[in-house]
Amino acid sequence: MLGYRALSIKQKQVVWAWGFLALPVLFYSIIRFYPTFGAIVLSFQDWNLLGDKTWNGIENYQKLFADPVFWKVFSNTFLYLIIGTPLSLVFSFIVAYNLDKVRFMHGTIRALYFLPFMTSTVAMAWLWRWFYQPVPIGLFNNMLATMAIPQFPFLRSTFWALPSILAPALWAGLGFQIIIFMAGLRAIPNTYYEAARIDGVGPWTILWEITLPLLKPTIVFLVVFSSIGFLRIFDQVFNMTTNDPGGPLNSTKPLVLMIYDTAFNAFDMGYAAAQTVVLFTILLVVSLVQLRIMRSR
Amino acid sequence: MRSIKKGILGLAAGAVLALSSAAAQEVEIEYWQYFFEARINAIDKLIENFEAANPGITVIQTSFPYADYRTKVAASIPAGQGPDVVQLFYGWLNDYVDAELIRPLPTDMFPPDQIEEEFFPMVQAMKRDGAYMALPTAVRALALFYNKRLFEEAGIEAPPKTLDELVATAAALTKSDGSGNITQVGITTGMNAQDHHWWREVLVRQFGGSPYTEDYRTVTYNNAAGIAALQWYADLETKHGVTQSGFMDEPQAAFKAGRAGMHIDGSFRIGALDKTRGLEWGVAELPAGPDGLKSNYSSYWVNAVTTKAEGEKLEAALKFMQYLTSDEAMQIWLETVGELPAKPTAALTEENKMDPVFGPFVAGLGYARTTIFANESGQRQVLMDALQRILLEGATAEEALGEAAEKEQAILDNYYN
Repeated sequence: MLGYRALSIKQKQVVWAWGFLALPVLFYSIIRFYPTFGAIVLSFQDWNLLGDKTWNGIENYQKLFADPVFWKVFSNTFLYLIIGTPLSLVFSFIVAYNLDKVRFMHGTIRALYFLPFMTSTVAMAWLWRWFYQPVPIGLFNNMLATMAIPQFPFLRSTFWALPSILAPALWAGLGFQIIIFMAGLRAIPNTYYEAARIDGVGPWTILWEITLPLLKPTIVFLVVFSSIGFLRIFDQVFNMTTNDPGGPLNSTKPLVLMIYDTAFNAFDMGYAAAQTVVLFTILLVVSLVQLRIMRSR
Repeated sequence: MRSIKKGILGLAAGAVLALSSAAAQEVEIEYWQYFFEARINAIDKLIENFEAANPGITVIQTSFPYADYRTKVAASIPAGQGPDVVQLFYGWLNDYVDAELIRPLPTDMFPPDQIEEEFFPMVQAMKRDGAYMALPTAVRALALFYNKRLFEEAGIEAPPKTLDELVATAAALTKSDGSGNITQVGITTGMNAQDHHWWREVLVRQFGGSPYTEDYRTVTYNNAAGIAALQWYADLETKHGVTQSGFMDEPQAAFKAGRAGMHIDGSFRIGALDKTRGLEWGVAELPAGPDGLKSNYSSYWVNAVTTKAEGEKLEAALKFMQYLTSDEAMQIWLETVGELPAKPTAALTEENKMDPVFGPFVAGLGYARTTIFANESGQRQVLMDALQRILLEGATAEEALGEAAEKEQAILDNYYN
C-alpha cells in the first residue's frame, strides 16, 4: 500500500487505468487469444478428438491445398463475398436513401425492414428451404406450376443453388444495414444541402458530391462488416442443405461448413484447425486490404 | 480454458461426492446416450426395472444432442467425470478403444463363447484381444414400407418381391399434374437417407458384386456389377420416372404425408410412423435381386463400460451392462424404440416373426451385413455426389462410379493409415 501512496497522480492514474483494463485484457487472452493460439498449434497435429494428439508437421496444409473440394469451397466463399457485399450495400443504400425522405409511416416501414434481422436465421433458412421446394410443396414452384411455367430448380441446381441461398441471407441482413445507413444520412449536416440547393445543384450531383463522400465512414464500416459476415456464412447454408450438406456437388459449401464437417463428422480435428487458420488468414487479409483501400481514397 | 473447466468440475464433483458419501452406502452410476426421445424413454424404463431388482444402485441417465455427444464424452471421461456406462455407435469403437475411454468386459461375466453363441454374428466386430469391448441391446435392419391406401387405390395387391416388380409397382403408384410435374412418387429415393446403405449392401450384391473387401478397407464396387446397380438406381428417376430425388425435401416426409407409395427405411422409423394419423402403412422385406439374392444392411449402437468406472461403481456398471444385454431389456427396447433384439433367441421368436411390422425386419436380420465405416457421412457424401453427377451433370454411371470409388478409397486410406 505504501508503494501506491508514494506514486504521483499521473502514475496512480496509470495504475487505475490498467486495473480497469485488466478485465477485458484477461477476458480476451483467455476467451479469444488462447483458443486461437491453440487452434494454430492444433493445425500442425493429428487428433481425432478422443486419443492423443500427434505432431504431423505441415501435412494438414499439404492435404488442404491438394484437396479439390477445398478449392471449390474457397471459390464459393469468395462468391458469397463478391456477390453478397455489393448487392447488399446497394440495396440497403437505396432503401435507406428513399426511406429517409418518407415521412408517412416512417417508423412502421423501418420496423418492417428491420424485422428479418431480428428473426432467427435457422427459422428463416427452413422457411426459405420450403419456399424453394419443387411441386407439390414448394411455394415458388407451386406458383409457377399454376401458371403452367416449368419448375425452377433453385437449390437443386449446381448453378442456382448458391444465389438461392444468398437471397435470404441478403434479405435478412438488409435491416441492419439500412439502420446504419440512415444514421449516417442523418449525421450529414443540413447546411450542406441548403447551400447546394441555393446554388441550384441537381439531386444527382448532391448525391454524388455531398451524400456519398460524407457517408464514407459508414460505407467502410458496412463493407468490412458485411464482408466478414459473408466470408463466415454458415447457418443459412447448413440449414437449407441438410439433405446434401453444402448443396449438390458442393456447389454452395462455404469454408465454415467444410470446417464443421471435417471437425464433427470426420473427427479430423487437426485438419479442421488448418482450415480455420486459412479462414482466419483470409478474413484478416480481406479486412486489412479493405480498410487500407477505403481509407486512402 | 480446459484446465479451468476441469477445476470447476472437480470442485463440483468433490461437493457431490462429499454429500453422497455422507448420505448412505448407495452406489450411483451415470448412463449417457444421445438425445432421441424413444431411446430415452426405453432407458428410463430399463433403469426403473434395474433399480427395483438391485436396491442400492441408482442409475442416472444423461443425454445430449447428437452433435455434441462425442465432444462431451471425450472431454469428460479422461477428467474422471461423465458416464460409467456409455452408448456409442458401432463404427466408433476403434476410436474409443484407442483413446482408452472404454474397458474390456470381464470374460467371467461376459464369456466370449457365450456371446458368439447368443448374439447375431455381426456383434463379433466388438471383440478385441479375446474380450468384448461393447455389446448392443438392439440392432436395426432395413425394410420396404408401403402405403396401403395408395396400393389399394392403384389396385396393387401385394408389395413387390423382386426389383423388377418394384419398378412396375412404383410406376403404377406415380402421379403427375398436367404439366408433368410429379405430385406423388412410386418410391422415395435420395442417397442421403437410408438408400446409400441399400445401394451398398443390397443392390451391389444383388447385381453380382460386393461393395468392399472383407475388412471394409478397400472399395470393390467399381466394376460391372457396381455400375449396373448404380444405373438401375438412377434409372428409377431418369428412365422410369417413378421417383424424384429429394421429393418433398426428405423421403420419410413424403411417405408420412402419403405422397409416396413405397419407402425404404430402418426399423427406427416405426415409432414416428405409428404416430402419424391417417397413414395406413405396411412393411415388407426388401425386394430380392435378379437371381433371387436377398441382402440387408444392419447397424447398431452398443453399450460399454468406461475407464472412469472403478471399484463399486465398476461393479454396478457391469451389473447394469448385464441387464442391458438381457432378453428382457431387448424386448422392452423393441416395444419402445422399435429396434430389434441383438440376440436371435430374443429376436427370432414366433411372435416377432409373425408380427406384421417387426416380421420383415427380423427376417432381414438373418441375411444382413454391417458396413464398417471410417467416416459414415463422408462415405455417404461420395454416393450422393455420384448420383448428382448422373442426375444434374449427365455423367454416365461408369464415370460417376469411378470418381466415387476413388474418393471413397481416399477416405478409407486416410483413416486407416
